[in-house]
Amino acid sequence: MTKGMLNKKLLGSLLLAVMLSACKSTPMVDKPAGVEDKSPGASSVTKPASGTADTSGVKEVVIDSHANNGNNPLKDPNNILSKRNIYFDFDSDAVKAEFRPLIEAHAKYLVANGNAKLILQGNTDERGTREYNLSLGQRRSVSVKKSFNLLGVQDKQIETVSFGEEKATANCAVETCHQANRRVDIAYENE
Amino acid sequence: MNKLRPVLFFVISLFTSLIISPANAALEIEISGGSAQQIPIAVVPFGTLPVGQSSNVAQVSNIIGADLRRSGLFRVLETGGVVNRPTDIAQVKYAEWAALQAQALVVGNIEGLPGNRLKVSFKLADVLKQTQLAGMEYNIAPNQLRMTAHKIADVIYQKLTGEAGIFASRIAYINKSKGRYTLQVADADGENPQTVVSSNEPIISPAWSPDGSKIAYVSFEKKKPIIFVQSLMTGQRLTLANFKGNNSAPAWSPDGTKLAIVLTYAANSQVYTINADGTGLKQLTKSSAIDTEPTWSPDAKWVYFSSDRGGRPQIYKVSSIGGEAQRVTFEGTGNLSPRFSPDGKLLAMIRNDGGKYRVALQDLTNGQVQLLSEGGQDESPSFAPNGRVLLYATRTGGRGALAAVSSDGRVKQRLSESGGDIREPAWGPLLN
Repeated sequence: MTKGMLNKKLLGSLLLAVMLSACKSTPMVDKPAGVEDKSPGASSVTKPASGTADTSGVKEVVIDSHANNGNNPLKDPNNILSKRNIYFDFDSDAVKAEFRPLIEAHAKYLVANGNAKLILQGNTDERGTREYNLSLGQRRSVSVKKSFNLLGVQDKQIETVSFGEEKATANCAVETCHQANRRVDIAYENE
Repeated sequence: MNKLRPVLFFVISLFTSLIISPANAALEIEISGGSAQQIPIAVVPFGTLPVGQSSNVAQVSNIIGADLRRSGLFRVLETGGVVNRPTDIAQVKYAEWAALQAQALVVGNIEGLPGNRLKVSFKLADVLKQTQLAGMEYNIAPNQLRMTAHKIADVIYQKLTGEAGIFASRIAYINKSKGRYTLQVADADGENPQTVVSSNEPIISPAWSPDGSKIAYVSFEKKKPIIFVQSLMTGQRLTLANFKGNNSAPAWSPDGTKLAIVLTYAANSQVYTINADGTGLKQLTKSSAIDTEPTWSPDAKWVYFSSDRGGRPQIYKVSSIGGEAQRVTFEGTGNLSPRFSPDGKLLAMIRNDGGKYRVALQDLTNGQVQLLSEGGQDESPSFAPNGRVLLYATRTGGRGALAAVSSDGRVKQRLSESGGDIREPAWGPLLN
């Protein structure tokens, strides 16, 4: 094995570790690059990956961060904050009443965590033209942002972007498939 | 300049099941329909020096014949059974070609010149009158042979139909394959595709500068839409617009000094103009609705755009120096993606009729509208430089493909790449 290969492998392990530790962190935590995370509540389970014992002398480390989701309200499947999708009617940017509790929960979290930042990603189904759908996706993300503003969330905590139909599941044959594409996704910075 | 990718595959079928498929192909063209009065024309294989020339040389007459056939205005006659193969007008025995029912005849010759140059000459003859109609000579580098064949086809087309040709032009499109998005430029016949830029994030809305030297496009490479302008010759890339929010829908002004673009930094999509070097941003439309998909009228006086300010999206126009917008379209569930014919008399658009998106053509002199396509998700209409053909994106078998239709609706073509998902076509200007 050449030195270059070794470095590449090591770098890969480090990147994986950093990505995984970032996943389980709360949004205000911006970790320095490193494999170990010793902050409270971040007791990652580390173990050597199976089947990778080779002649290089480097053991790949895999961090299993799923064990600790209970400490992060954003990741706790039982917490409404883990719900991130707001769905829309065809060619509409109206936020439906059923998503009110979801938006209120995230707004409360943002007001309580002034450093938290979220990105609203607008999406549309594939029907219509790409540029119009880009605009429609943007209007959806702006519409959700306005709901947040009304609940006291500051502009600087929210960025609105649109992917239009570019991330849509293509070739939808049924309406439920289109419906799944018409949404705003809530993503927190550093997630 | 990117390397050529000679992995093309052509299927040309016209009325009959005639299929020509040179090896190594990937883009397929199918043609249906045609003009009622097609001009019967014979294109004799060009004479060549018996040196080790590339096989491209032998293809010149094939390229000319395929161009003419694809237009739907010509019936290209089979010349395989003809014994005498003239390469100049003096050698033509008109009676033989009259017997084949040819009305027009093309003969030509290719010679090597010093310094690795080629001299390509051709003559176009009227078989019935037994006279020469046109003749040209080209002194070219060997890699210009294909484009020279297209230029010859343009001369023939112009001479016999009275209209400017379109064959010596290029098309741009986006190919999505294996999770990568590639902006490609190919000759108007789909051959000779070259990669302009590729990314693992979406690329949309390519737009040719009027001189054909640059392409503006929207890339999501930074996880949001940003407009770039890229020189085809040098690959140099200018970030034209990277403002907060979306940056999209670039449209060149007819003189190439400005672009109309769409930004969302205030709130919803609005149309702005910006100089081609990224300076001098000005807001052109002001509404609380979506205003997008701008396009300039050929006289540069107007910018047409789509907007849902009246409810469903319709096409509006605004003076290119600003002012009140006026509504242009009223029919259909909605209308999107306006595009002018080069003479400014026709407006192509995507019409939504109850969820079916198709190419429509409105005659701006009398307001009449004709539906030109039958698909349900047709998009991105783009006129050929002579205004006679429209290229657009369609769907076939769950994948994106390109289609072309003559502006009278009679001749239809479908261009698809096996395994590829092609969309967002844009027809470039005629090459001089």
